[in-house]
Amino acid sequence: MAQILVYSEKPAAARELVFKAKELGAALGLGVVAAALGEGAAGTAAGLGEYGADRVYVSEDSAFAGLPVDVVAEALAQVARAAGAEYLLVSSTRRGKELAPRVAQKLGAACVTDVNSLTLEDGVLVAGRYALGGATVALEKLDTQTKVFAIMPKTFEIGAPTAGAGEVFAPALSLQPSAVKLVDRRPKEGESVNLDAAERIVGVGRGFGKREDVALGEQLAAALEAELACTKGLADFQWLPEERIIGLSGAKTKPDLYVAVGISGQIQHTVGVSSSKLIAAINTDKDAPIFQLADYGIVGDLYQVVPALVEKLKGL
Amino acid sequence: MNILVFVKTNPDLQMIRIKDRQPVMEAIPYKVGDLEKNAVEAAIQLRDAAGGGTITAVCLAEANRRAKETLKEVLAMGADEAVLVTEPALEVADQAAVALVLAKAAEKTGYDLLLFGEGSTDNYTGQVGPRVAEILGVPQIGYARKITGTEGGVQVERSMDEHIEVLEAPFPVAVTVVSEINEPRIPSLMNIMKAGKKPLAEYSLADLGLDATSVVAQKAILSNLAEEQDRKHIMFDGDPAAQAEAFVNALLKEGVLGR
Ligand SMILES: Cc1cc2nc3c(=O)[nH]c(=O)nc-3n(C[C@H](O)[C@H](O)[C@H](O)COP(=O)(O)OP(=O)(O)OC[C@H]3O[C@@H](n4cnc5c(N)ncnc54)[C@H](O)[C@@H]3O)c2cc1C
Repeated sequence: MAQILVYSEKPAAARELVFKAKELGAALGLGVVAAALGEGAAGTAAGLGEYGADRVYVSEDSAFAGLPVDVVAEALAQVARAAGAEYLLVSSTRRGKELAPRVAQKLGAACVTDVNSLTLEDGVLVAGRYALGGATVALEKLDTQTKVFAIMPKTFEIGAPTAGAGEVFAPALSLQPSAVKLVDRRPKEGESVNLDAAERIVGVGRGFGKREDVALGEQLAAALEAELACTKGLADFQWLPEERIIGLSGAKTKPDLYVAVGISGQIQHTVGVSSSKLIAAINTDKDAPIFQLADYGIVGDLYQVVPALVEKLKGL
Repeated sequence: MNILVFVKTNPDLQMIRIKDRQPVMEAIPYKVGDLEKNAVEAAIQLRDAAGGGTITAVCLAEANRRAKETLKEVLAMGADEAVLVTEPALEVADQAAVALVLAKAAEKTGYDLLLFGEGSTDNYTGQVGPRVAEILGVPQIGYARKITGTEGGVQVERSMDEHIEVLEAPFPVAVTVVSEINEPRIPSLMNIMKAGKKPLAEYSLADLGLDATSVVAQKAILSNLAEEQDRKHIMFDGDPAAQAEAFVNALLKEGVLGR
């Protein structure tokens, strides 16, 4: 029986994909297998069985140290061939997104990355992803024998584990160590913000002239009891941490109110706020694209408008 | 040191209008992608720090994408040479086909370092860099936010989801860059004039040992529609105090404040 093969370096994402693969497998008449690779793989394997993998290919080969993408891709291709995988589901994390096309290339497979919806239409798996910077949603189907899907984490609801432990299997892999050596790995000094769940958000952009001025945005956020977020443009200056980026490469939010301050409204940003109930914008440029998406617009200098707004809100 | 930088001409996304949920692509200007410019800038800085080397910009001309202008702009920024692959059949190419063509062009040109943007500005699939690396059998390092030359290779600091990683690799290696790596330079008028005189080689698929059958798309886009948006478009005029007052009143009426 042909298989759906699931892999993610993130155990939670792997479980989510296994759970979804089980549902797809039932509809397509395919089995579900998973791969757990690298340090700690044996520990991850049991969970994958419980969420629906009939078999988990486990290897803690030393060539996986640092998870070099060329080695992981080779291992996954070997597992895919051994298992008779027709579909590969990997996560579209940064690691997964560089892995997926490389595995696909090895397997002569078509691939789609950044998948945020997966549906079965007449027995064909159709993947949705943002295209044209987020202006549109493209629905794609893959025509090759083997098909690789890189799926954004948290795309699917995960239910309770239903299956048994699954069979743990040690594949015979033939791997060369990578020429790329990991010299250092350190956590990003970030902070945790939950923009996905925020009810009100103030977004700040490059209309702020100096790092210190971002305090104005903070004051507005405080007065509105809102979370502070930013554009990638602003985060690239390192004025705010990247956890606060909204958009294609950041958070996708759906607040009741989004206030864009000094933000031009380029599509890669607005794709992350277009589900807001209300959008307001403050910008000196009356032609800024953000106004096309705004319910309420103020053409004006943020250095004058924001203090006026803060004062007004404080007086309520 | 032979650096190949892969550049794509992208539609100017700000110019795309949506009509009946369809993107209107006619008469859209095309320009060098932002991330590609970051890759070119990174190449220039590496070459200049090493005190020598050649940067070749490689571009695949799809349809009407003004690829020559793209290459001229990149040459004006500071690339030394350019390679342009043209072929009408490439209009429908998917990422696998693009990667195959670029890999063949790389083989023909020779390389130590292959530089890409982490994705293209328009569709951002991130597939081409890893696929080219796999075809050529070279290792890859994605998401570079800093690249330093070493003896016979590079050290790369890269930005992953939750970690910063520092990696080292000998040549040949493929690296993709993220936007925070640098601010791409804007070419001076003088350099724009000089760019016209820099070598630009043009290849067809046949020159690369390929033909139309090697670039057939293996995926299909079933639909590509904008999500629906229905906004009020109310603008507040007057001085900042009046604008603030009108705005706050509107928010109160909407019931989105407090709770
Ligand atoms: C592949 C890719 C992915 C990307 N992903 C994202 C993403 O996830 N999120 C994201 O945000 N961006 C993303 N970008 C970048 C995006 O294209 C834009 O570059 C970015 O959103 C612009 O940020 P900005 O609006 O802050 O800056 P700008 O575009 O420079 O806009 C600044 C605005 O401020 C206004 N302004 C200036 N002074 C004042 C003032 N005194 N008062 C009021 N207004 C003022 C100006 O009129 C202008 O409209 C991505 C780009 C690429 C290529």
